[in-house]
Amino acid sequence: MDGDLASLIPLAVLLPVLGAGFGFAFYRQQTTQRAVTLGTLTLTVVLEIVLLADVWQGGAQAVHLAGWPAPFGIAMVIDRFSALMLVVSSIITLAVLLYAVGQGAAAEERRDDGPVSIFYPTYLILVAGVSNAFLAGDLFNLYVGFEIFLTASYVLLTLGGGEARIRAGVTYVVVSIVSSLLFLITIGVIYAATGTVNLADLALALGELDRGMQLLLHVMLLVGFGIKAAVFPLAFWLPDSYPTAPAPVTAVFAGLLTKVGIYSIIRTETLLFPGERLNTALMIVALLTMLVGILGALAQSDVKRMLSFTLTSHIGYLVFGLSLLSITGMSATIYYVAHHITIQTTLFLVTGLIERRSGTSAVDRLGGLAKISPVLAVLFFLPAMNLAGIPPFSGFIGKLGMIQGGVAENTAIAWTLVVGSVVTSLLTLLALARIWARAFWRRAEDADDPDPLLMSKTLAHARAANKRLLPTSMTVPTALLVGLSLAFTVFAGPLLSFSRAAAQDMYERTPYLEAVLGEERVDGVRAELRELAAQVDGLETGDGGAEEHAPVHTSVEPRDAEQLESDDAADGHADDAASGAGDGAGDGAGSGAGDDAGDEAGGESR
Amino acid sequence: MTINLTLLVLMGALFAVGVHLLLERSLTRVLLGIILISNGVNLLMLQTAGRAGLAPIVRGDAGFEDMLDPLPQALVLTAIVISFALTSLMLALIYRSWALARQDEVADDEEDRRVAAQPVHDPEEDSDVPAETSEFSEADPADPHQARQRGRLLNPQAGRDATAGGAVEDQLRRGLHEPDDDAGARGRAAEPDAGSADGSSDGPPRRGRRR
Repeated sequence: MDGDLASLIPLAVLLPVLGAGFGFAFYRQQTTQRAVTLGTLTLTVVLEIVLLADVWQGGAQAVHLAGWPAPFGIAMVIDRFSALMLVVSSIITLAVLLYAVGQGAAAEERRDDGPVSIFYPTYLILVAGVSNAFLAGDLFNLYVGFEIFLTASYVLLTLGGGEARIRAGVTYVVVSIVSSLLFLITIGVIYAATGTVNLADLALALGELDRGMQLLLHVMLLVGFGIKAAVFPLAFWLPDSYPTAPAPVTAVFAGLLTKVGIYSIIRTETLLFPGERLNTALMIVALLTMLVGILGALAQSDVKRMLSFTLTSHIGYLVFGLSLLSITGMSATIYYVAHHITIQTTLFLVTGLIERRSGTSAVDRLGGLAKISPVLAVLFFLPAMNLAGIPPFSGFIGKLGMIQGGVAENTAIAWTLVVGSVVTSLLTLLALARIWARAFWRRAEDADDPDPLLMSKTLAHARAANKRLLPTSMTVPTALLVGLSLAFTVFAGPLLSFSRAAAQDMYERTPYLEAVLGEERVDGVRAELRELAAQVDGLETGDGGAEEHAPVHTSVEPRDAEQLESDDAADGHADDAASGAGDGAGDGAGSGAGDDAGDEAGGESR
Repeated sequence: MTINLTLLVLMGALFAVGVHLLLERSLTRVLLGIILISNGVNLLMLQTAGRAGLAPIVRGDAGFEDMLDPLPQALVLTAIVISFALTSLMLALIYRSWALARQDEVADDEEDRRVAAQPVHDPEEDSDVPAETSEFSEADPADPHQARQRGRLLNPQAGRDATAGGAVEDQLRRGLHEPDDDAGARGRAAEPDAGSADGSSDGPPRRGRRR
């Protein structure tokens, strides 16, 4: 652990805020403003990558602001999970910013879409708020982080102040304010019950409350975060409000804002209220989120709205993974969050490009795009297949991990969810294939009232229009994001082992608590913590987890060398054949990743 | 913990009235509801400090028991600032909504209504399944629909060539069955609303023929 590096943590929030200040000061000079914003975000990305590299090796670290020790002062904590979220989110925001810059430079003639002078600073404030939420070490600071990025999002959503945006914006603002008030009430009640708002301190104090009180606080927190994360019964604000905003804004909202809610739910489930009290309820909610969301998507005829519905639907996967109470499930969730942020952002950016190229995002009016612009087709196709979870892509790897976790759980509800998640995945494929078949494959003349933009006389005309409508300054950032999403597939092994270590940290809880409260304080309750952590499937076993707890063997579950050896030693060569078959038939990425994860986890526990 | 009953009752009243207003359709009332609820939350936070006490400044003789917990006040201060900012933002939004649409109400989502109004089945997905006809079914010469179907079975080119039957059939089609029959049987297009199919009577069948 490097103490010097850890003290840089607050900069992840401070840099964007300072950049925003300068941005507002230079509101007349667009060029300066743009340079300041780009510079700030690049610096933030570099800083966060350094922090991630530090945390990757060292584990959780905390900074006590102004030197006040933990339960009294404000702590900012970075552990493996929050570091990963920070890096992914800031890379995404940087790419979307590049896209917005390209759009602003290219789209002077289109009134509504060019960023106005408040866009860049507000965007930076959004980034600061998201970073603050990821780094917050106490509940109230988490609330403040939420408020910062929500307020910025209100401004961004109603950018330009057109009628449609105001209409959608008002609903969004009211729903968000109500959810924030609920969260604030919860904070008040939690403080009344325990006398602290520090997350680490709460983790110890909440366990001592009586069970009814714990349940009440737990449910209140989940409801507050659930609205933000757009979990099923609380998700209906999302598809109404997101699609009206400009493409870059929708993209960054879709990628980040709901995931901050998921992040908070994961923290609640692992740090504050570990154990399986609400897991069945969460699983039912997850199933409904998946199914209702994807059925909603199938009914839509607008690409943006369809994507918004798939967004809420796939939140269900995340809830499924985190409610499994197993290392396998949680590490898949962490991986899937990172994947989903990237994919959803990319798809919304591509939709922005589609809208620019063809003048509309209504599926019925689109056609012939594959012929007109093959680049656009590739940019849409890759993330779309990725979202649907077609095998080589990261969406498949993440879903597979969750399904493995569900199979290992081996209860009726878990099996229902496994089936439900497969069905949802297929329906997602159907929804996306519909967009693909209509917008890209059919001829433009077959579309219903196609825009004149699609009806060029010759292919040469169409390609010439491409240059004007799809400038490289917008396609390159999109392509970068597509590249990043493919990187999740290519580097699935190291990433999964990293998220496995992160999941291990979170369920173990001691790394986080030691970083915030100091080792002496944690030593007193270590036995208790270990007892709670023992409920978690696959924790600290160092064998890759799944085998011991998975009564059902699949050909893709992770197996690692140590486990095989111990198996061999224990029961002769009884299951040689089975394990050999497993290794042979196993999916390359899946079992390879599992092996890495097992090794990593083993190294951690020793 | 000791709780001030007056504050507690006041908090409850604020929450009750606030929730009632929040459920109204008028945006101004919604805003008023939000203001009341956020004040109720502030009272709640304030009460978590317990009984009123001395300022928490360490001076000679005052014991910790007599002091007030200062943290809730710090939290309330932040919450007040945030709710103030959000209230003004909401006011600006409501004013803008009023200026643009002369509307002080939560509006319906147009796209939602459109999706809800579209027919239950999607014509395009059911297309290309030819109408089930059988040579053995009872023919009713008076029924132009069946006559046409027979004509098509005998002469697949019907409607394309200017044969006698084809011409008659063409006329029949244009006159009687254009919108729902032919478009339904062959060239069903993406229109979810039948209105536009009616309007462009030549569009869908032509496309059907070209396939």
